Amino acid sequence: MTPLLEVDQLKVEFSTKDGIVHAVDGVSLHIEQGKTLGLVGESGSGKSVTGLTVMGLTRGRGADIVGEARFDGRDLVSMGSDELRTLRGNDVAMIFQDPLSSLHPYYKIGRQLAEAYRTHHPKASRAEARDRSAEMLDLVGISDARARLDAYPHEFSGGMRQRTMIAMALINEPRLLIADEPTTALDVTVQAQILELISRLQDELGMAVIMITHDLGVVAELADDVAVMYAGRIVEYGPTETIFAAPQHPYTWGLLGSIPRLTTPRDEPLLPIPGRPPSLINRPSGCHFHPRCPYVQPSHREIDPMLEPIPGEPGKVACLLTVEERRALWARLRDGATPDEARAAVLGQVAPA
Amino acid sequence: MTGGDPLVEVTDLVKHFPIKRGVIIQRPVGAVHAVDGVSFAVRRGETFGLVGETGCGKSTTARLITRLLDVTSGTISFEGEDVTTLGGSRLKALRRDVQMIFQDPYSSLNPRKTVGSIIAEPFAIHGLLEGKGERKRRVQDLMDRVGLNPEHYNRYPHEFSGGQRQRIGVARAVALDPKLIVADEPVSALDVSIQAQILNLLRDLQADLGLTIVFIAHDLSVVRHMCDRVAVMYLGKIVELADGADLYGHPRHPYTGALMSAVPVPDPTLARARRRQILGGDVPSPSNPPRACRFHTRCAKFVAGHCDVDEPLLEPKEGGNLAACHYPLSDEEIAAARITAAA
Repeated sequence: MTPLLEVDQLKVEFSTKDGIVHAVDGVSLHIEQGKTLGLVGESGSGKSVTGLTVMGLTRGRGADIVGEARFDGRDLVSMGSDELRTLRGNDVAMIFQDPLSSLHPYYKIGRQLAEAYRTHHPKASRAEARDRSAEMLDLVGISDARARLDAYPHEFSGGMRQRTMIAMALINEPRLLIADEPTTALDVTVQAQILELISRLQDELGMAVIMITHDLGVVAELADDVAVMYAGRIVEYGPTETIFAAPQHPYTWGLLGSIPRLTTPRDEPLLPIPGRPPSLINRPSGCHFHPRCPYVQPSHREIDPMLEPIPGEPGKVACLLTVEERRALWARLRDGATPDEARAAVLGQVAPA
Repeated sequence: MTGGDPLVEVTDLVKHFPIKRGVIIQRPVGAVHAVDGVSFAVRRGETFGLVGETGCGKSTTARLITRLLDVTSGTISFEGEDVTTLGGSRLKALRRDVQMIFQDPYSSLNPRKTVGSIIAEPFAIHGLLEGKGERKRRVQDLMDRVGLNPEHYNRYPHEFSGGQRQRIGVARAVALDPKLIVADEPVSALDVSIQAQILNLLRDLQADLGLTIVFIAHDLSVVRHMCDRVAVMYLGKIVELADGADLYGHPRHPYTGALMSAVPVPDPTLARARRRQILGGDVPSPSNPPRACRFHTRCAKFVAGHCDVDEPLLEPKEGGNLAACHYPLSDEEIAAARITAAA
């Protein structure tokens, strides 16, 4: 199956007065129709910039963009703005984190929805656009949809506003939806409603979804594949089951070890990743994760790892440890060893090299 | 570390914020029932969790306990003394013992002050450690204790990352050796890997300093990790209160069950095995809360003529949980929904 979207060696750099920010640095990913890709990472990992760039929303902001993002064979990066505008909001749509600042406070909900529809259906009458808007609000589970078209955004709760954003994104039946932290600002019961809604609509409309999030729980529930990003790069990429059952990158281990869960014993200590994410202006040499990695070797400070297929596994990883070392380390971590214990047992080092 | 005598006791705590209309002459036309009859005791040395969604009253409760807001009615006692209406120098003395950690590490630190003077502020307010060298030494000790480099004494907040700023907030809160710390969403603004650092720091400090913590969060996994006992709030009331293990092992209130069921599980196999229970609709407005049981408009176990007429009291249910519900969840229902860890 040819992928619906294929991002190839995407690089996005921003020039600032402090220097060049390497926001996205050689990201390649692909997604098939009807599938969900989870793009996971912390603040500044480049996950949102990747999404925005695919939508053409980083253009003209001092951004230097290299690489390709082929949607249905057409490159979104080099495409002219007019052509891109016919795709954006139509075949490719995006929903953002903050539903309040994404809706215009002065205009009624119905007008904003209708605008999204009529932009891509110029022959549609007002009445048709209004019907379609009401239909969409109803689809996303807002009761009394027709009457609510005349409401202003401030009259809606956070969950309803996010539903409205989803209705607006889906009004032209996109084939690809990019959802950037769609539930981060919402309460957990509302989050459950929205995630359920996205996956139901995905089944009904057959669209592909890129779910950008920092929440591994959301990814585990929704995604078919996961790409873990760190400092502008994908460090691990593979099927969701593999990433959670047999992760290969020390950063992924760190993420999994630092979240409290409802399903593990309460007294199990959290194992945070030491330090903090690096500056994207002056990135660490070699492997960008090396200053925070408990398993670092002297050579890791010089050699820059590539994202390479893992022998005998479906995924890819960018790590300089050997696959045997990584398997042995993960086996110990999974059985409750601390990173220090795992390092001592597998690499024979008492302290990080 | 439970079983101690109560350090803080709140009884029938009520806070209503008036809603006013009119341009020049403002007259009250209603009230937001932010906290509406909440009672609980926090034992010495424990971590007491308050969970709930936006608008449930958990942050207002925190502000009432720390006396940042005045109560509408009800009482707060601290070490057996009624502190509900304390003022002047006695309130100032109370504030030495009760400190707060805030959610947003960006807006809770004065950007024009150095980190050293931010952490020294409590000493200045209370006239402690007057000697300059002495105060600086103590502040640097504190910085070291919370994992900040003491040499960064003269830096400004903007030079620190979010996690480091939250450490500054923690250092300021423990500076006066308080008895109680009220932490209002202390990690929700932080990245996952940093969250764990701050949670571990709070647990370490609690063990070292014998702190009592009221821990407020919306993230149920974080609360489970941190707290000995947990109260679940909905629309200004406590709907369930239990030991952490009991609450998470067998939630009795249908709202608690729905909350737990809504938490995404970072494990694809478990996530797919689970039967998600999705609450319909939104939380009703706290200015006009539903009659009797406030959850009845969204509850799967709602019985007309009972739940909307008779207000359930917070009473012991099977397994020892206190829950305010006429029809608490049974073990079979909990198992069927695969809500909890064991399932």
